[in-house]
Amino acid sequence: MKILLVAEHHQGQLRPATRHAVTAARQLGEQIDAVIAGADLSAVAAELATLAGINRVLQLDTAAQISPEQLAPALVNLAADYDVILAAAGTLSRDVLPRVAALLDVNMLPDLIRIESADTFVRPTYAGNVQARVQSLDARRVLSIRAPAFAATGTQAAAPIETRSFAADASQPHSSWLAEVQPHSDRPELTNARVVVSGGRALGSAEGFDTLLHPLASKLNAAIGASRAAVDEGFAPNEAQVGQTGVVVAPELYIAIGISGAVQHLAGMKDSGIVVAINSDPDAPIFQHADYSLVGDLFSVVPELTARL
Amino acid sequence: MKILVAVKRVVDANVKVRLKADGSDVDVGAAKMSMNPFDENAVEAAVRLKEAGQASEIVAVSVGPAGAQDTLRHALAMGADRAILIDSGDVAIDALSSAKLLRQVAEREQPQLILLGKQAIDEDAAVVGPMLAALLNRPQAVAASQITVESADTLTVVREIEGGQQTVRVPLPAVVTADLRLNEPRYVKLPNLMQARKKPIETLTPEALGVTLSAHHRLLGVNEPPARAAGQRVNSVEELINRLRADTRVLP
Ligand SMILES: Cc1cc2nc3c(=O)[nH]c(=O)nc-3n(C[C@H](O)[C@H](O)[C@H](O)COP(=O)(O)OP(=O)(O)OC[C@H]3O[C@@H](n4cnc5c(N)ncnc54)[C@H](O)[C@@H]3O)c2cc1C
Ligand SMILES: Nc1ncnc2c1ncn2[C@@H]1O[C@H](COP(=O)(O)O)[C@@H](O)[C@H]1O
Repeated sequence: MKILLVAEHHQGQLRPATRHAVTAARQLGEQIDAVIAGADLSAVAAELATLAGINRVLQLDTAAQISPEQLAPALVNLAADYDVILAAAGTLSRDVLPRVAALLDVNMLPDLIRIESADTFVRPTYAGNVQARVQSLDARRVLSIRAPAFAATGTQAAAPIETRSFAADASQPHSSWLAEVQPHSDRPELTNARVVVSGGRALGSAEGFDTLLHPLASKLNAAIGASRAAVDEGFAPNEAQVGQTGVVVAPELYIAIGISGAVQHLAGMKDSGIVVAINSDPDAPIFQHADYSLVGDLFSVVPELTARL
Repeated sequence: MKILVAVKRVVDANVKVRLKADGSDVDVGAAKMSMNPFDENAVEAAVRLKEAGQASEIVAVSVGPAGAQDTLRHALAMGADRAILIDSGDVAIDALSSAKLLRQVAEREQPQLILLGKQAIDEDAAVVGPMLAALLNRPQAVAASQITVESADTLTVVREIEGGQQTVRVPLPAVVTADLRLNEPRYVKLPNLMQARKKPIETLTPEALGVTLSAHHRLLGVNEPPARAAGQRVNSVEELINRLRADTRVLP
């Protein structure tokens, strides 16, 4: 079983989720090559080479913002030597891997949470209310895994790095990158934080997030999350949304504040280690999924919690 | 600009699905079905482009059983001009097969823009859009939260990515998938539904489109995720902190 792991980097950093994807790859087999594409890759490629389990790093030197349309055929060329193409679920895998799969004439199985054997996997469906066991019948398998469902791999002595030049096919119809907004934050990355403090509609305003959630998150060195209602109301930025259509997190501690606990929200956090819910409604559904439930008004509970920590 | 919009019939977002007693699959039997929410955003985007004079015709297409006609009617009531049902019977269709069927329709209709939802909320796969784009060798923009027509042959799309937003230029013809944030889909009123009855729905079969469907994976079974152990009520902030200190090492 030969595995090609597609590594993701962003702003000069290897995405932490890649470490989790290596663990998933190791459950499939021993022969794992990692491919990374982009410009100025030497530092990230070197880091990638030290992830325990990687045999070889293929470094594709491309333009800084290579389009998914141009990257996909390059991965398809590499794929000939592999049985499995695998990545952590994320922007890159969502853009590129379905294209790779279609060009290989195989189906893609995204967001796996368990690997049972070389061809049998478990993935969540219906907003995480169902877990489906699926057996791939394709000779070559294109997969993505959910990082929180697999531990991060350790480190090793660096594996060899092979640099390959890559000439993007300009005649390939493709999108071009114009700009990106990535709000800078001193907080840990949401998908990788040990603690997540999430707020819902009940916070009432962006100031509610600023004055109540941010101080608590600072004390806990936590990332800030939000329900879709809070994002739609403009209290929190889009990228903070946790849930079926936002990010999936599984921190050691998740604190849901003024969030009702809709299934779409639960889909993004219910595998967290410890869940604390703070809600004024004793019958709020979130309490059925919380380890510790505190019934109360968040406007008094949260400042008290922050003060006592 | 002609627009093709792919809409899927799924179990309504507010329904909690049940599993069949033998655990072989979910039991959608009597569940309320609706248009996939993301596809409503896609249709809404198409209709707004037409209202703004930037689109000439909107064709809605769905792959599914005969019941998917309801979903197409909904798209017509929202403002699509005509619809195509690819009747796949009651067999479950995988993403690649759906993409192949949609490709055939796209080859026939030659739309400048194909809009899909980012993901269907049954399988939560989010793969059909980029698969279709690859099969057609077209550029793509996944998870669009804003679509602007720059010229007759270019779009600018803002898309939702991990940790923020990205803006891309997309030459037409192209494939764009809609994020929930793209717009607020309109409500369909009774007169719209009445009007939609007069609009045509053409029915095609995979055979007629020359697509032979082959199975790419087998569903071995389904189960509910393991339930969390029952939690505890705490009566004060102090009690909460004491419990957390006992259970975790993450408190300062
Ligand atoms: C297709 C689809 C996808 C979706 N995807 C997502 C997703 O990814 N993520 C997501 O979160 N949602 C998602 N949703 C929306 C989801 O269904 C809910 O509408 C949303 O999660 C509700 O957010 P909320 O809990 O903040 O708001 P509400 O449901 O309005 O809950 C507010 C809560 O605050 C409590 N409260 C009020 N005042 C106070 C107070 N003073 N102190 C303490 N508590 C108080 C209330 O008791 C209530 O429980 C999706 C929906 C659809 C249809
Ligand atoms: N059976 C189908 N019929 C029409 N469109 C579909 C079908 N399946 C998927 N799509 C489209 O592809 C999008 C993404 O679906 P998926 O990749 O299955 O999550 C959906 O939002 C639809 O726009």
